[in-house]
Amino acid sequence: MNVHLPANHIQPPLLEVQDLTVEFATRRGAVRAVEKVNLTLAKGETLGIVGESGSGKSVTSYTVMRILDRAGRIAEGTITFGGVDVGNAPESTVRALRGREMSMIFQNPRAALNPIRKVGKQIEDVLIEHVQAQPSDAKEKAIEVLKAVRIARPEERYHAYPFELSGGMCQRIVIALALACRPQLLIADEPTTGLDVTTQKAVMDLVVELARERNMATILITHDLGLAAAYCDRVMVMEKGRVVETATAEAIFRAPRHAYTRKLMRATPRGGITLRDLLPEEIATEMAPLGVKVPPASGQPLLVVENLIKEYPRQSAVSSLARMFGAKVAAPEPFRAVDGISFSLAKGESLGLVGESGCGKSTTSMMLMRLLDPTSGQIIFKGEDLSKIPARTFARSPWRSRIQMVFQDPTDSLNPRFTAARSIADPLLQMGENVSGPALRARVEELARLVGLPSPFLDRFPHQLSGGQKARVGIARAIALDPELVVLDEPTAALDVSVQAVVLNLLHDLKQRLGMSYIFVSHDLEVVRMLCDRVIVMRAGGIVEEGETAAVMAAPKAEYTRELLSSIPHPPIY
Amino acid sequence: MSTATADAAAPSKDGILSHARHIVSENPVTGVSFALFALFLLAAIIGPFIVPYDPLASDTAAALQAPSAAHWFGTDQLGRDIFSRVVVATRLDMIIAIASVALVFLAGGFAGIASGYFGGWTDRIVGRVSDTIMAFPLFVLAMGIVAALGNTVTNIIIATAIINFPLYVRVARAEANVRREAGFVQAARLSGNSEMRILLGHIAPNILPLMMVQVSLTMGYAILNAAGLSFIGLGVRPPTPEWGIMVAEGASFIISGEWWIAFFPGVTLMLAVFCFNLLGDGLRDLVDPQRRT
Repeated sequence: MNVHLPANHIQPPLLEVQDLTVEFATRRGAVRAVEKVNLTLAKGETLGIVGESGSGKSVTSYTVMRILDRAGRIAEGTITFGGVDVGNAPESTVRALRGREMSMIFQNPRAALNPIRKVGKQIEDVLIEHVQAQPSDAKEKAIEVLKAVRIARPEERYHAYPFELSGGMCQRIVIALALACRPQLLIADEPTTGLDVTTQKAVMDLVVELARERNMATILITHDLGLAAAYCDRVMVMEKGRVVETATAEAIFRAPRHAYTRKLMRATPRGGITLRDLLPEEIATEMAPLGVKVPPASGQPLLVVENLIKEYPRQSAVSSLARMFGAKVAAPEPFRAVDGISFSLAKGESLGLVGESGCGKSTTSMMLMRLLDPTSGQIIFKGEDLSKIPARTFARSPWRSRIQMVFQDPTDSLNPRFTAARSIADPLLQMGENVSGPALRARVEELARLVGLPSPFLDRFPHQLSGGQKARVGIARAIALDPELVVLDEPTAALDVSVQAVVLNLLHDLKQRLGMSYIFVSHDLEVVRMLCDRVIVMRAGGIVEEGETAAVMAAPKAEYTRELLSSIPHPPIY
Repeated sequence: MSTATADAAAPSKDGILSHARHIVSENPVTGVSFALFALFLLAAIIGPFIVPYDPLASDTAAALQAPSAAHWFGTDQLGRDIFSRVVVATRLDMIIAIASVALVFLAGGFAGIASGYFGGWTDRIVGRVSDTIMAFPLFVLAMGIVAALGNTVTNIIIATAIINFPLYVRVARAEANVRREAGFVQAARLSGNSEMRILLGHIAPNILPLMMVQVSLTMGYAILNAAGLSFIGLGVRPPTPEWGIMVAEGASFIISGEWWIAFFPGVTLMLAVFCFNLLGDGLRDLVDPQRRT
């Protein structure tokens, strides 16, 4: 093995995996989740494992840590970590390795922390457990650790509970926990999925910096090829349990060898391309061209939002207690989730609503959908002020069918006990004009055809459908009543990039064909750029910037927009 | 709803039998409990027509006989055939159990879902009512209800339903509460469903599998409760054959060696409770579409 390595790699690699095959026992016999995977990792090296869901990228890393669940087993192959045969070592040996020599951080940082223990104490626990600190100096060392992960005011944050910290801050605490014992290997499993793009940048910069400082090897597991390429030395692409390609980050972007890597690269949204470019070439060429953008019809806009405000009362235990005893205490200032925003939308136009979590974009979309009552302001739809109709009775309003929505999570938004056909038929049954029996079925099948869902799938339950198919069902349901306005709430956030590419194209074509208007809520500026005519950037409940998408992307006026744009991970080639 | 639901449900209906077969083959315990349940049902339906002796006819000449070929379970102090009485009693005990559970399933289930879904005043009222019921020792409460309303089968059913009410409310409330902001409920609102339709058409079917487990657990408890009431003389009155009374009547004879009088109805009672408790998992799997792959 050493013979093939360059001279500066005389040392044996830190981690070596050979011909690893992992099987899971299921109801229908053993299923191979990972097949013949080989990888080597040297000290201080960063390896990205990239793949879509079901590619076996997480299983590979869990096997290295020996934390597979009971149904899984190593069928073949060896794992050597720092000279120890991890695959066959007794549990006690592996337990000693975990945490001290190799550590892992997970996707949802909040779930990884004990919600009712101060974060400082949690760090202390780990330090004491691994004999890195004594109870006497644990607090001091824990604060040092907090400083190391760049947490501002560490003495104060030591006393914070996880719920008092933001998602990015929690992930830093988790990183602090993982790195407390100075491990040699850090496995990060989708560490920034679910975090905002600016937070993602901060967290990833931190991980890479700490790794460099400590000469620590890192495995970054991600579905985002761009992220892996921006932060890793080498990238390994996996598909269906097999490694299809391993190369340096730059080489993989300059000259991807495997067809799957090329497909994945094409599907990753990036600057300077159109929606059709996301699809594999052979499909893209068959499809109709994107169509010319028609300037929005002059005259009355479809939707005018004026000075929309949503306030939530702030809870304060002290003042509510005081009031209970009759003391006159001023109610705390209410929290403004949406702070007086105004905009308009023309017929046939698509408007992007971009911002990070907590900026009020979801609250805005819920108010536009009339699922939530605004505190004040107007929502004028085709000349009628819809904010006058309370959300509770809006379901029975004739306007209900005019405004529909596609939800973020395709799984959560389908009733688990309804077949796809029944889900699509639901709005037709409630609001359609006495459709039933064969006419209903025909309409459902027509809708399924429109969204590209083969009709045999109509009789399946949600758990029998893939993510992309569920997304199609959700879209079919939203367009069943020919709405004039569709709010898309991050409709592709839960989907793999290749599925996202297909769904985005579908949404675009449907809009062209049916003449609907879209409000597209997203955190992903690149996706918004491809799908939307205009974009609104929101922050802290207000509008920061508004304009033609191309103009905003090319020359952002607001400082915040520039920050958002620069946080998108860019692979080295662009 | 009527035509549409039927229309949409049609494709899955043909699968129910094969699905049941699959569940039974996957878990033999479920198969045993289904078989036992079928046996009890059979005894309840045709029992009175097939038993060898009249369950009420006394025959003092044959009193206190040990189990034999003529009297499989022996005879009691009045010479009545215990086997016949045990079989005939099945119908009454099953009626009490099934009727009370059906009653509390509908009332408690609906109250629970409504309080979880609407919150606010609905939740407060339903919550306080069930807290009040829970504040009493449940069997004592059942005794009180039957004593106050009168010693009839209907009142036993009502009392058993009332003491189980909080259990159903709690399960249904918790489940409805987590689902009220779920995506599919929002989507149902967008489709123009009224609140009541969302409650009954979208949320209720989704918590059915969990309620089924509750049904099977309380069914066993209901039988035990009915027998217990009869045992202390507050339920069904002698000479009507009923497992609880039979155990009560036989209890005083155990000390003198005539164990079979209390033993056989007791074992039957135990088997019935056992069978209902095991039934839970099977019932849940049967109504859960996720298991139907």
